[in-house]
Amino acid sequence: MSTGTQLSWRVIFRLAWRNLWRNHRRSLIMLSAIALGVWGMIWMTALMRGMVDQMIDNSIKTLSGHIQIHAPGYLDDPSIEHLIPPVDTSPALQELLHSSDVVVWSQRIRVPAVIRSEREVYAVTLVGIDPEKEQGLSFIGESITDGDYISSVNDNRLLVGRKLLERLETKLNRRVVLMSQDPGNNIAERGFRIGGVFDTDPQATETSYVFGGLETVRKMLNMGSGVSEISLLGHDYRKLDALKNKAQSAAMENADVKTWAEQDPYMGTMLNVMDGFILIWFTIIFLALSFGLVNTLLMAVFERTREIGLVQALGMKSSNILLMVLVESIIMLIIGLVAGNILTWLTILPVQDGIDISGVAEGLEWAGMSSTLLPALQIKDVVLANTVVLVLGILASLFPAWRASRKVPIEAITRVWQ
Amino acid sequence: MTIENNNAVKCRGVSKVFSEGELAVHALSDIDIDISAGEFVCLSGASGSGKTTLLNMIGGLDVATSGEITVTGKRLDKMSMSELADLRLHHIGFVFQAYNLIPVLSARENVEFVMQLQGVAADQRQQRAMEILEQVGLTGLENRRPAELSGGQQQRVAVARAIVSKPALILADEPTANLDSANSDKLMTLMRELNASIGTTFIISTHDEGVMKFAKRLVRLHDGRIVEDELVEEK
Repeated sequence: MSTGTQLSWRVIFRLAWRNLWRNHRRSLIMLSAIALGVWGMIWMTALMRGMVDQMIDNSIKTLSGHIQIHAPGYLDDPSIEHLIPPVDTSPALQELLHSSDVVVWSQRIRVPAVIRSEREVYAVTLVGIDPEKEQGLSFIGESITDGDYISSVNDNRLLVGRKLLERLETKLNRRVVLMSQDPGNNIAERGFRIGGVFDTDPQATETSYVFGGLETVRKMLNMGSGVSEISLLGHDYRKLDALKNKAQSAAMENADVKTWAEQDPYMGTMLNVMDGFILIWFTIIFLALSFGLVNTLLMAVFERTREIGLVQALGMKSSNILLMVLVESIIMLIIGLVAGNILTWLTILPVQDGIDISGVAEGLEWAGMSSTLLPALQIKDVVLANTVVLVLGILASLFPAWRASRKVPIEAITRVWQ
Repeated sequence: MTIENNNAVKCRGVSKVFSEGELAVHALSDIDIDISAGEFVCLSGASGSGKTTLLNMIGGLDVATSGEITVTGKRLDKMSMSELADLRLHHIGFVFQAYNLIPVLSARENVEFVMQLQGVAADQRQQRAMEILEQVGLTGLENRRPAELSGGQQQRVAVARAIVSKPALILADEPTANLDSANSDKLMTLMRELNASIGTTFIISTHDEGVMKFAKRLVRLHDGRIVEDELVEEK
């Protein structure tokens, strides 16, 4: 007995391709389902990632940076009593902050205060900044929409959020009074002219912070050379463990060094569970898709029972029949995936500058959302979506393919002969 | 091909019982028959006499309940499904009553299909397919799909496919059942010519008297038993 020859891939492909188009309508419906499924996977993931990225970005830019260094106890009681030495007194810290591991850094004084206009009084956080160093680190350097950004650490003007300005019922260039406590627990107050107004997302930030020059604030608070915090940006907000360890070593003993995720556990958790969410989302869509795929293939196999019997009678081996159905499924999956990816690209393109969600953003401010949602299309999500559909699609097709290959020739042919 | 004792087919005590619940239907009972290489045999009998069942078992498509079937020297009951597939591929050609062809392939591709399974080179395949199609009178129709061919033309494509790889044995189950008498005669004449020219053994099941007249040997079945086995004089 000669050994059975394996059917060439070309023949299997030709049979599978032609079989696929025997029932145009059914194949097109299935292809549309795959394409829409992939589109849904990638699109929703891009939106979810965009939302989380934006929330994290807002959180980081609001003031936290990637890593913050505080005096012990500051985070529980953010007052003037908990200060750390300034950077120029620590050679180790200077070396780290000027190394290639750190993109940008700044030190700040940050204390609770009360701001008073001629009509209203509000509680805020007064932040003394080095305006030059804040560029690229926090939102404040890029958010001035009226007036000017402060020019130096000795600038006497104050930067106020648009919303706070409205609440204080005051205007640019008018004077306000800031009041806080000095290190001796005495009232420290000073009049400031409003030099600039900032607009930022989320709007809660506009009512929470006011900014002044670092040295001006220091003088107002009658304090020495200490600062409340050092904030720095590394290269990747997801990979901060090594940088945190270096910062911990370089900072003063017992310094409280925390990443943005540790300072904002809600955001940190969002990031950590994001990949899990995406996988669950992909699985749900795929499950819906797989029922259609398996059903379509089973129908195709059922309709072709007579032919399968015929090719078995002609000497086609079960393995080739299994392969033929699998290849048919793979062709369908690949066409569907290509269509889905093109559809994704075509629909992401018009909204790459963001989707206006101002209608709902106000209600989501607590979560750090902005009024414009930028979809974040990541190659790894595209690859994952395509891989999930292709690999699980092939696995789902194994059952109908196996059913086809296990048909007993006589039973298949009997459907014709009787 | 090697055929032991010049026997293309040898059946000894072959029985087939179909069971449906407690009901047992004896489709074949104790069949003994030897068919030599090059014979042109018609299995005749009324519907339900066991013709198709016997053909199925000789073709390795079905398994006998008892008895031995030897085809081209190989005991079918000793062979695996894969070996049976190989036997069918290399030694047996089939012509069925209907739905003989793969609908998504053209006439030429249908004829080539068996050769593709056998691993014949493409140029050789195409040349042989065209020759055979010419032999069965289908020149010019080679690129048509089955749906674009008449029933008679489809059956001729099936015959072309059955003979293209020169198998030792061709099994045809009611090949003319869906044809008119003119096309039926043409097909049977073609098969007789092929039998004469290439020496392939033909076993054809039929209940059509018009087909039986082409037989060199006529085997009649009744209720699953051979009741008559006679050589027919050449016309």
